[in-house]
Amino acid sequence: MKKITRILMVMLLLSAILFSIGCSNKAAEPAQAGGEKKGGVLVFGRSGDSTGLDPARETDGESYMVCDNVYETLVQFKAGTTEIEPGLAESWNISEDGLEYTFNLRKGVKFHDGTDFKADAVVFSLERQFKQDHPYYKMGPWKYWGAMDMDNIVKEVVAVDDNTAKIVLKRPEAPFIANLAMNFAAIVSPSAVEKYGEDFPQNPVGTGPFKFVQWLKDDSITIDRFEEYWGEKPYLDRVIFRAIPDATARYLALKAGEVDLIDYPSPDDIDEIKADENLKIITQAGLNVGYLSFNNERKPFDNKLVRQALNYAINKEDIIKGVYGEFGAPAKNPIPPTMWAYNDNIKAYPYDPAKAKELLKEAGYPDGFKTTFWYMPVSRPYMVNAAKAAEIMQAQFAAIGVKTDLVTYEWGTYLDKTDNGEHDMCFLGWTGDNGDPDNFLHMLLSIAAAQKPAMNNAFWKNEEYNALVEEAKKVSDVAKRKELYFKAQEIFHEEAPWAPIAHSIVVAPMKKNVMDFVLYPTSKRVFHKVWIKKD
Amino acid sequence: MIKYIFKRLMMLVPTIFGVVTIVFFMMVFAPGDPARMMLGERVSQEAVEKVRAELGLDKPVHVQYWLYLKRIVRLDFGKSIKTGQKVIDEIKARYPCTLELSFVAIILSTVFGILAGVISATKQYSAIDYATMAGALVGVSMPVFWLGLVLIMIFSIGFGILPTGGRINIRYFFEPITNFFIIDGFIYLFKNGDPKYLLSSIKHLILPSIALGTIPLAIIARVTRSSMLEVLRQDYIRTARAKGISENKVIFKHALKNALLPVITVVGLQFGTLLAGALLTETIFALPGIGRWVYQALNARDYPAVQGGVLIISTTFVFINLVVDILYAVVNPKIKL
Repeated sequence: MKKITRILMVMLLLSAILFSIGCSNKAAEPAQAGGEKKGGVLVFGRSGDSTGLDPARETDGESYMVCDNVYETLVQFKAGTTEIEPGLAESWNISEDGLEYTFNLRKGVKFHDGTDFKADAVVFSLERQFKQDHPYYKMGPWKYWGAMDMDNIVKEVVAVDDNTAKIVLKRPEAPFIANLAMNFAAIVSPSAVEKYGEDFPQNPVGTGPFKFVQWLKDDSITIDRFEEYWGEKPYLDRVIFRAIPDATARYLALKAGEVDLIDYPSPDDIDEIKADENLKIITQAGLNVGYLSFNNERKPFDNKLVRQALNYAINKEDIIKGVYGEFGAPAKNPIPPTMWAYNDNIKAYPYDPAKAKELLKEAGYPDGFKTTFWYMPVSRPYMVNAAKAAEIMQAQFAAIGVKTDLVTYEWGTYLDKTDNGEHDMCFLGWTGDNGDPDNFLHMLLSIAAAQKPAMNNAFWKNEEYNALVEEAKKVSDVAKRKELYFKAQEIFHEEAPWAPIAHSIVVAPMKKNVMDFVLYPTSKRVFHKVWIKKD
Repeated sequence: MIKYIFKRLMMLVPTIFGVVTIVFFMMVFAPGDPARMMLGERVSQEAVEKVRAELGLDKPVHVQYWLYLKRIVRLDFGKSIKTGQKVIDEIKARYPCTLELSFVAIILSTVFGILAGVISATKQYSAIDYATMAGALVGVSMPVFWLGLVLIMIFSIGFGILPTGGRINIRYFFEPITNFFIIDGFIYLFKNGDPKYLLSSIKHLILPSIALGTIPLAIIARVTRSSMLEVLRQDYIRTARAKGISENKVIFKHALKNALLPVITVVGLQFGTLLAGALLTETIFALPGIGRWVYQALNARDYPAVQGGVLIISTTFVFINLVVDILYAVVNPKIKL
């Protein structure tokens, strides 16, 4: 008996202790000292952990957002835009023939491991990605280097002297400069790569405003202010990237004050966040487009009138309302509005089923036709729920007499089949890499891209359009390029190889006291200028 | 006894071999091409083929299987396709979190489950009995993710006394030693007398272990109750009571000891389920455990990671069963192999 009472007592006591631990011991914030803006720890609640922190090796956003703060590139995106400004290179010259890029490097820049940044680091960082006899080439695969077609663009990288680096191209390629602002072109510390070898992605060393401190897998990554940073030093003492996979739990962590800023909130929580007086929200159009691609090699999509008719038949507002909610905006062009070449003069096809029927009649399909409608099996940033969007559009097409069977496959198979043109019409989308219009307009719609397995899944081969986007690749003058891309978008609009559906909108909820956080179209998460307002 | 344990140990070999084989073929026959999954939207066929060759996926299945077996024997699970890190290191970084969580959850649910079961059984058909069993029914039927969010809403947002997730206060900048945060907390307590790490890590475990432990608690309570009821009807219990032994002694010393046999089995099985089933709890409470990791690996067709993760979890499960069997023999000496 006594024993039992004792056990019970101990258990009671234990639960009492557990409860009291719960009640006491409020999270202690480190003291903030000095300067009005300086100091403080920012905790960023994001949806997942990074894969690795070698900027050239990784391909996912969760890895990049840490790299964005630890590494720097020769040129960089101006905050919140896709425009290019100097980074580690103070200035650069492009030779007359567009084949030689000479960069004047910033002096007095140090890596976090104490070594100096010099031209040989530029050579090292880039050469390891394409020179097969480079001692660190096998640390790849260097997927982005390949994906951006750099093998066919870059001939060699040369250190002219300590402060001058030269990149020689195989062909003139105007978007190349934008490629250099991407993560894969970030400059890594050669001595750190030599020191850590295969473990370098776990021990990143760059020249950025923050230096890497700690990584607890699937939990958090911590970076601290780099005191020897060459430029204006960051205000924050420390930034912690914390992985909270569930969107609602992430929002609750923000509400409870455990994190200061979150990524990808759930659409269901937005109204509540807006109503919360301690929180604020910033938004920006994402660098992507979701579209319905018509297979121009197949009947009846080889007929421009049919393609236009289908564009008239789509009520994008319904799709936005039903599928995207706050997170999408209707698209009219193949590039998102944040891009400098976005042609805003173009008038979107209005929702007009009568006009659509008329066009079908003119095209020789007075009673409509039957076809297949492919939608992807996965959620993508540009198309959160393809099945639902497809159902809405199926009904809209039925209203003009176009009957569609919905088709889908496992994601890998879906991509294979659509790349080889097995579809009639299919949903696809694209998220931009380097913020350059070429990355959409040439990558997805040029004649070169229509070769199977194709990126141009519409298999649309328009000579006039093609000449424009090829030309824009070669001239480096931005004003001239803009003109060419404006014209290209007009042709796209008239010929309607796709029906552009929507661009996603990126939403970032945060505490009211988080200041100067800017969303980048290229999805960068930069904390250099962010500060926390003290009460 | 030693002979018995030895025999049971020998039986582990074919069991684990079976697990290893099933895991391999599960991944081979799973739909989707890992190379394509790895490379994403737009890549050349060439690149896909190259990655397939790197992964050994271009070889015939029996060759792949043989290579795989050879590696497993050396405890080499390969490298994760996604991160390029050794799978064994990835597991080491995450398994302690799941083990710690499951362990606390199973202790809580066993203690309270047995207690509830015993009370119910001794007060059969009383209000307490009905309330406990109704509670147990609700407990088994409650989805973990829902319960988790409700707990967060009540204790983190409502009362503001417990954290919403994670393993420790993130602003402490904790440096793990063993990766079992409670153990690490004790180490820091003894090293520099600072209890904050220990307290914070315990605090962070409360809600997740309640969320995770609710279903096993309910199951254990029900099994204990029915087993107790059966035992309480036995003649020797009546004899014990007739001898004038106090009721508590009858229940806890004479009845419970015999009623525990099926409970031990259930606890063992539930512990195994917790290890694999911690995924939802880990997701809601942002815990860096192995369930979440295996799930992500599965989605990414990260073959080596899935194989390593599933193998580790299954092997633990097999070992827990071994412990259960041994405990069984200890509690009931009649059991022989």
